[in-house]
Amino acid sequence: MRRRDLLWGTLAILLVWQLAAMLLRVDILPGPVAVFQALIYELPRGLGRHFLVSGWRVVVSIALAMLLAVPAGLMLGQSPRLDRLVAPIIYILHPIPKIVFLPIILLFLGIGDASKIFMIFLILFFQILVVVRDQARSLRPELLYSVRSLGAGRRALFRFVYLPAALPSGLTALRVSIGTAIAVLFFAESFATTSGLGYYIITESWGRLAYPEMYAGVVAMSVLGLLLYFAVDWLEKRLAPWMFVKE
Amino acid sequence: MTDPRAMIDVREMTFAYVGQPPVFEGFSWSVVAGETWAIIGPSGCGKSTLLYLIAGLRQPSAGSILVDGQPVPRPRASSGLILQDFGLLPWSTVWDNVALVMRMGRFYAGKRDPAGSPRPYPRADITPAQVDYWLNRLGIAAVSDKYPNRISGGQRQRAAIARSLLQQPNLLLMDEPFSSLDAVTREDLQRLTVELREETGVTTVIVTHNIEEAVYLGQRILVLGQPPNRTAPIISNPLAGRPDYRGAPPYWAKCAELREALGNEQPDAAP
Repeated sequence: MRRRDLLWGTLAILLVWQLAAMLLRVDILPGPVAVFQALIYELPRGLGRHFLVSGWRVVVSIALAMLLAVPAGLMLGQSPRLDRLVAPIIYILHPIPKIVFLPIILLFLGIGDASKIFMIFLILFFQILVVVRDQARSLRPELLYSVRSLGAGRRALFRFVYLPAALPSGLTALRVSIGTAIAVLFFAESFATTSGLGYYIITESWGRLAYPEMYAGVVAMSVLGLLLYFAVDWLEKRLAPWMFVKE
Repeated sequence: MTDPRAMIDVREMTFAYVGQPPVFEGFSWSVVAGETWAIIGPSGCGKSTLLYLIAGLRQPSAGSILVDGQPVPRPRASSGLILQDFGLLPWSTVWDNVALVMRMGRFYAGKRDPAGSPRPYPRADITPAQVDYWLNRLGIAAVSDKYPNRISGGQRQRAAIARSLLQQPNLLLMDEPFSSLDAVTREDLQRLTVELREETGVTTVIVTHNIEEAVYLGQRILVLGQPPNRTAPIISNPLAGRPDYRGAPPYWAKCAELREALGNEQPDAAP
């Protein structure tokens, strides 16, 4: 996506928002100007801190999920025997909506950062694990034969074949699940906590009928999602440049 | 009795895929260092299997396979393996694909067992200059910063050959190396194979289903039949490797001889 296109897209969204606000003229839909005034006013007065808290939670979850799910997926993809053993468990656990475990996680890990991080981690972990495993499993045997015949043992195969083969798919899985991660974060933060954007939106502004502030929180959460999306894009281009080669 | 000059020595070897009748049963075969062999036979005769056994990618269930006097429980870095589908890393440029051997050598540099374990690690002493040399020699220096899916099939196979030769192998195993290439490219690469063999003296075994290719390249031709293979006829073809051999009358005579030998190995073939 080119920067100029992004700018156009942003302007178009702001324009529709402005028009809707002008047509409806209700206090539950303030226009972008009022919201950005609230955003700038609120940022140093708590919103900034809530943004950082939410960002920290989701980034730590992503890092943990990548660090554990990519090697685990590679391991399963490499070893059919191990995969046969673990596959039924993953098959059962993967489709379960992990969010329903939130009350249990809150009971065990409390209402602090740990419960939110673990909740998001759990969701991302399975998404990435399954995609990376399938990618590693689908490597053509000819490729493995020819690299092994050059003298590669298990460790070199891991480093020079499995890892570069599976990393891009792991990032793609991550990108797809960032939306889910933020949604879950919002839900987890909307009760039983005193920090984070979810708390700010639900308790501090929605609960007080402070609509411009509430919209400022929504904008902040959207920006968080966008930033993460861009970060994954950037990582993909750095780590898998061959996927972006033009004809 | 084994020839002490044997590069490959297959003795009373038996191999079967799980749940299937044996492909080889008490099979013996020997390749003298420096020779170029072609292995030919119908689909399913086990010619690729034999190559994989020698490469250390499969293990015999009985008997033994010695390469350069050593058993091959795992692939040895000093055997090059060239496959029909090239086996290049799609995420690496041509240069990086060829340099993979150099990087793997460095990757294992600290792991070398001073007691001289038989583990055949990739060479640790390969330099970028050698990578460039082989890219030039194979005529693909111009595409060295391209990804494999951006170059032709012939160029991909050249990259795979460069990667193997960079390791200075003493044995080059080729499994249908030119089968997916068009006729002109195939003849180019066959000629190149002959030249490279002359330059490096590497013992070469080429698996093919193509009679003309077997006769052009193989100084000796092993003719496999329907499994189980116990013995296999060997056709001597001393003129192979001469540049003017292709198309000459002795060449066609040899092709006819090989075609007949192949017919004898296929009892159910149509008359």
